Amino acid sequence: MSKHTVTIEINGSSITREVDSRLLLVHFLREELVMTGTHIGCDTSHCGACTVLIDGRSVKSCTLFTMQANGKSLTTIEGMETEGKLHPLQEGFHQEHGLQCGFCTPGMIMRAAELLDKNPNPTEEEIRWGISGNLCRCTGYVNIIKAVQYAAEKIQKEAT
Amino acid sequence: MNGPKTSVEVGGMGHNIKRKEDARFIRGQGKYTDDVVLPGMLHMDIVRSPYAYAKIKSINTDNAMAIPGVHAVITGEVLEGYNLHWMPTLMSDTQMVLPTDTVMYQSQEVAAVIADDRYIAADGVEAVEVEYEPMQAVVDPFKAMEADAPVLRTDKEGKTDNHIWHWETGDAEKTEEAFQAADVVVKEKVYLPRIHVASIETCGCVASFDPVEGKLTVWMTTQAPHAIRTVVALVAGHVGLSEEKIRIISPDIGGGFGGKVPVYPGYVIAIASSVVIGKPVKWVEDRSENLQADSFARDYHMDVELAASNSGKMEALRIKTVADHGYTDAAANPSKYPAGMFSICTGSYDIKNAFTEMDAYYTNKPPGGIAYRCSFRVTEAVHAIERIVDVLALKLGRDPADLRMQNFIQPEDFPYQSALGWEYDSGNYPRALKLAMEKIGYEELRREQKEKRERGELMGIGISSFTEIVGAGPSKDFDILGIKMFDSCELRIHPTGKAIARFGTKSQGQGHETTYAQILAEELGIPSSQIQIEEGDTDTAPYGLGTYASRSTPTAGAAAAKAAHKIREKARKIAAHLLEASEEDLEWEVGKFFVKGSPEQAKTIQEIAFAAYTNHPQGLEPGLEATHYYDPPNMTFPFGSYICVVDIDRKTGEIKIRRFVAIDDCGNIINPMIVEGQIHGGLTQGLAPAMYEELIYDEQGNILNGSFMDYLLPTSVETPNWETEQTITPSPHHPLGAKGVAESPTVGAPPAIANAVVDALSHLGVENIDIPITPFKVWQVFQEKGAAA
Repeated sequence: MSKHTVTIEINGSSITREVDSRLLLVHFLREELVMTGTHIGCDTSHCGACTVLIDGRSVKSCTLFTMQANGKSLTTIEGMETEGKLHPLQEGFHQEHGLQCGFCTPGMIMRAAELLDKNPNPTEEEIRWGISGNLCRCTGYVNIIKAVQYAAEKIQKEAT
Repeated sequence: MNGPKTSVEVGGMGHNIKRKEDARFIRGQGKYTDDVVLPGMLHMDIVRSPYAYAKIKSINTDNAMAIPGVHAVITGEVLEGYNLHWMPTLMSDTQMVLPTDTVMYQSQEVAAVIADDRYIAADGVEAVEVEYEPMQAVVDPFKAMEADAPVLRTDKEGKTDNHIWHWETGDAEKTEEAFQAADVVVKEKVYLPRIHVASIETCGCVASFDPVEGKLTVWMTTQAPHAIRTVVALVAGHVGLSEEKIRIISPDIGGGFGGKVPVYPGYVIAIASSVVIGKPVKWVEDRSENLQADSFARDYHMDVELAASNSGKMEALRIKTVADHGYTDAAANPSKYPAGMFSICTGSYDIKNAFTEMDAYYTNKPPGGIAYRCSFRVTEAVHAIERIVDVLALKLGRDPADLRMQNFIQPEDFPYQSALGWEYDSGNYPRALKLAMEKIGYEELRREQKEKRERGELMGIGISSFTEIVGAGPSKDFDILGIKMFDSCELRIHPTGKAIARFGTKSQGQGHETTYAQILAEELGIPSSQIQIEEGDTDTAPYGLGTYASRSTPTAGAAAAKAAHKIREKARKIAAHLLEASEEDLEWEVGKFFVKGSPEQAKTIQEIAFAAYTNHPQGLEPGLEATHYYDPPNMTFPFGSYICVVDIDRKTGEIKIRRFVAIDDCGNIINPMIVEGQIHGGLTQGLAPAMYEELIYDEQGNILNGSFMDYLLPTSVETPNWETEQTITPSPHHPLGAKGVAESPTVGAPPAIANAVVDALSHLGVENIDIPITPFKVWQVFQEKGAAA
């Protein structure tokens, strides 16, 4: 198995490691770095539980090799709270009861983060399509949509 | 219940308390089974059968063992050496852990590779060579029952057919007489297909055997850790695993829905491997394995008949069912009820005569079946009755709401004795249906439908007025493998008046850390924010049967209230001592005892708790703790009325849910926010089988949709905006008047959706369409009925 040296900025810290060519990014995060907030819910890139941001774009980390993230900047759920302050999306999921078992939640939050970055004031329909690559079995999505709306309002309020 | 009794600060029942467990989940700090990492831990992956039915001629593990990092390949032969190659199912049937000579379903476990990491384990799986001799699989239960069908369970001595059991209840003779005498009889074949719970977290475990202490610790995705501990002790006692040396930990669970009740072979192989190798072993299945091999739900073929008078009075119900259990009966029902609570099938209606019978068969499909978010087969029963009521309405030319109203069990009839033997505790069915009709604007919708029909547009309105039966259950009737289905709470009040409580249940997203604290706050006046809730560790929590079938609130929730009452009784003695009053002169109000007539003479629960450790009355045991094991006197019977409106595209058959109103009644409510969230989720898991989900097999027993590529879970785009509201009819026998809620919507939604689609097409001569109702099925109806646009 050939090895590759990768340097990835993860949640603001630069990390260099030697990894196998075939090591999936999600396993690198979960097993090499023991950052277990990023979850695995399927093997076909459908559930979105493993979603992280790479250079601001949401990607399913089960679908990338670690070496494909070489030189890039990664944000995971562990990087969303800054200086003891929750990200508005984290706050929104709590306030609007947008989670139950919590397993899909990190992926949902990371996907919604890019959605709000690109479209700060989405309609309900845009949120529904925007998170449709992430599956949730507990909530029926209703409160997840409210959580995203809560965050959108909060982000806009903070910006003004 | 008129508003919360406690202040917001105390946060008892009825408050919308934000969930305590969220703090870790929104930060990615939850601790699920796959997050457990132990020093020296090995990884396990499983070789699975490509055939549904085959002889195993040979298994060659040499190439796998030659891979650096592979520690062991476990086969049936290896397990046979320890007599661990078979295990009992929860229904007292038997199941292979690993086969020694035959595989019975596609994706069955054939061998397991133990390696340094999951990649090497997967390499090992690829390198194991298995030679099979395929045989003709029996996939259809109607073929399995034929006289010349091959006998599948040749492991059972003397077995001459594929029949598992026959079950019946009710009065066959009286029911037949009622059918003979009836003006009108309607009949329908209704099939509820095989589906899968597909919780987003799959199943797995980390088994860690400490050879020095002789202690086995297993972190496991299980909804019932205590029962698992006892099962492990019973199954593996002969290899030295004694119950006091077994610790099962259910960490955070990423959704259960019944799929995490059974014992799967993977758990047993991982445990056996850890014991043999002496190192921790992690096994986490992938999604495809989960869909293809873990327990399915439903798969009931039902012949439903309803007899009525010309005026619409329902006289008799009869249902004959063929149940496909796959290779073994690995359902998770109480022992006495092989068909679960199917006998709730008379539903919300006063039907005096009923008879139901069922025959279960083996086939070459994965074993099961579990409940998929319902209380042991209630969904099947409710679908049967709610569909046939609409068929009767159609036959009589009656409005389906009106026909339901005519036949409802009336509020004054409770407690109501059903024809099939249940005592319904409480209900007000007309109120729920009326509220649903008002909320959705029923009369106006019927007018709109009439106009649209004249214009050739397809619109349908479907009703489901279901009754559930949850909270298993009273020990006189309910056990699993002999263990009675009580549940428990152990409560400790600390000197500073804070508390910790542990339970025999296990939340998988239901929010027990929040709601159990609210129950205790209600009963003791200690703020719910100061009450720590723990579940899922068999070394610390009291024994209980776990969380499924909406049983946590009816059983463990009641145990919490009862334990709090015991605390109050002792607190009264301490308060009397502190106030120098007699116990009889003290009265309780939330959070304190006071002397009757002089409310200023009072001691708070916090003052009493402190005294319990610092100044207890001589002769009284110090400390303030209580444990209660709650044996429910009866089941609870949540109910509701749902109305669904659909619009159907005349060209494509596409179904659009325009509105869905859900009125639920789960008795008194602990946390309205959480109840609403549970209903949203349950409705979505009702939508799923109604329109999307089915595990499909071909005639060779190959699964045709064994991954998320084509097993369709509803996404945010398909899921409508649910409109929910509750009525409250308390349970008279539950200490809190509560009933359990999370499964009602999964049970009630599918017939509401199916009835709406059939209603849209009924003028074309459609009486029934089996779920999942896909656009293709509707399009086929258009073709058959010459109604294509």
